Amino acid sequence: MKAFLASAARARWPLPALIALGFAIAILSQYQPIFSGYAQIVLITIGINIILCASLNLVNGYMGEFSVGHAGFMSLGAYTSAVFTTKWLPDLPALFPVAVVFGGAIAALIGFLLALLSFKTRGDYLAIITLAFLMIVKSTWENIPYVGGPAGLLGVDKMTTLPWTLFWVVITILVIRNLIYSKFGRAIIAIREDEIAANAMGVRVREAKILAFVVSSFFGGVAGALYAHLNFINPKYFDIVKSTEILVMVYLGGISSLGGSILGAIIFTFLLNALEPLGYWRMVILSALLIALMLFRPRGIMGLRELPWFLPRRELFAKGVVPLAPKKT
Amino acid sequence: MLHDLLYLAQQTINALQQGSIYALIALGYSMVYGVLTMINFAHGDLFMLGAFACMLLAGVVTPLLTAVPPILVFILILLMVMAVIGFLGAFIERVAYRPLRGAPRVSAIITALGCGLLIESLTLVIFPYSQSIPPLLANRTFELMKVADPAGAGAPLTLTITALQILIIRVAIVLMVALDFLIRKTRYGMAMRAISFDARTVPLMGIPVDRIISMTFLIGAGLGGAAGMLYGLAYPVIAPSMGILVGWKAFIAAVVGGIGSIRGAVLGGFILGAVEVLAVVFFESTYRDLISYSLLLVILIFKPYGLLGSAPNQKV
Repeated sequence: MKAFLASAARARWPLPALIALGFAIAILSQYQPIFSGYAQIVLITIGINIILCASLNLVNGYMGEFSVGHAGFMSLGAYTSAVFTTKWLPDLPALFPVAVVFGGAIAALIGFLLALLSFKTRGDYLAIITLAFLMIVKSTWENIPYVGGPAGLLGVDKMTTLPWTLFWVVITILVIRNLIYSKFGRAIIAIREDEIAANAMGVRVREAKILAFVVSSFFGGVAGALYAHLNFINPKYFDIVKSTEILVMVYLGGISSLGGSILGAIIFTFLLNALEPLGYWRMVILSALLIALMLFRPRGIMGLRELPWFLPRRELFAKGVVPLAPKKT
Repeated sequence: MLHDLLYLAQQTINALQQGSIYALIALGYSMVYGVLTMINFAHGDLFMLGAFACMLLAGVVTPLLTAVPPILVFILILLMVMAVIGFLGAFIERVAYRPLRGAPRVSAIITALGCGLLIESLTLVIFPYSQSIPPLLANRTFELMKVADPAGAGAPLTLTITALQILIIRVAIVLMVALDFLIRKTRYGMAMRAISFDARTVPLMGIPVDRIISMTFLIGAGLGGAAGMLYGLAYPVIAPSMGILVGWKAFIAAVVGGIGSIRGAVLGGFILGAVEVLAVVFFESTYRDLISYSLLLVILIFKPYGLLGSAPNQKV
């Protein structure tokens, strides 16, 4: 059994098998009562949180910047996709994927502008710019009666289902994983380690940063779009507290690790729901947990380490997880 | 015409009050950033605790000292609030930030966010509902000017200032001048400036860096606590969420002025106070946040390091 697990951790087949199994269960659950309504909502929330977490990890973990505006991208995606499905092309469930992509695209566009702006400053100032961005987005929705103002947007169909959520989780992880192990991903990691040296070595710092930012905000918007078609949305939900929650998940799971992001999202969502009966004490426990984590394990549970399933084959060889085939001489 | 001028003058007084509170909070952000280049995200919540400490202390101290003039009671409570919040700030630095000084900077920032969240949620557990602060001083309104309504129909327009507004502005100015003296003329202040100038060389010169940093947190948090008390007296209904609402605004003020610069923080505080009050004069009040945060972005585009801040020298 142990030997089987050890070989499964290194093998290539378990991940596609798990995804296929996940899809089978998710699709089956639409026709058979496998999960209760509450369990479905928790599972979808875990999925949305994985998307948020993995996409923020790209900027905060792999690139080493500190953005606090992810809830802002989420809000952009949520509102634009909800306007798309309720006002522009209502009652067309088949267009739901288009609405999600649209929400992501708008978030990515604003993320692109924000990335351009961020080059004016350095370091900690990104935190400030993204904070201002977050507040501006929230305040903008509150002042537009078309999207419901402070009361929020009503009448959004509950179109986010388990299969759709799983689909987007897989897409997110796949895209970010492929990006990280590409030339651009190497550039992003080089920027984290030393921006000046990376620049001197010919890394196109601006391009890499913009790309990371745009991809990250796109998936932030996607997560928001999924959220909008599951819950009631109002501007106050997407505030600094929401951003802090996403940050907690990222740093809990571990920076620069997709496996960590998945783990962080699962643990955090589970704790948040399990501690629900505690009322206000819940946030006390979660924030104390965050402080303790930072003091004793500053990089998070899986910080800078990756699940072998997500590593490309050549990385596995490089890390010695899989021995190279002995050369025949 | 006179009417409008009077209205503007009234708003200027309100802006001064608002600005002096922002400036006091912004000083705490700026001082900590100066010595540690770290954003102390828990500072806004220390400000909030200042208001709650004032409420609790006022409940205990005021009945004991009925024979003492109220202004002395006010000063006593102010000093106690500053001491309590100051020591709390230094304590947080000692247990939560100091162990992380060698760690990546982001860890310290996250810890600060966590500390802020912890303070806020603990306060929320103890005080789930908004509280009100008892008035410490009998508030009087002084009428500076009175103009009859030109249309003749409405009530005459008056330019007023309350004793409380005078007190808030005066306390804030006294504290800022005292801080400026401390930083420019004393050994502690010199050490503080030295650390923000070159943190690596200063310990080699025999300066006790840890003690100076503790002092910085003590003073910064103390000023934040004082601001919380003044804010609580000006707007007597207090809630744990005000730490985030007002604290982040003051953080903007610090950035606009140039984070790390003491005089910049004061300047930024008054600018933000003026912008917020003027925004409400010319637009609807719901646009206030939109305008103040947009102003921040615009200033950062043209002056990336704030109005009085200087760019750090990049060493390779």
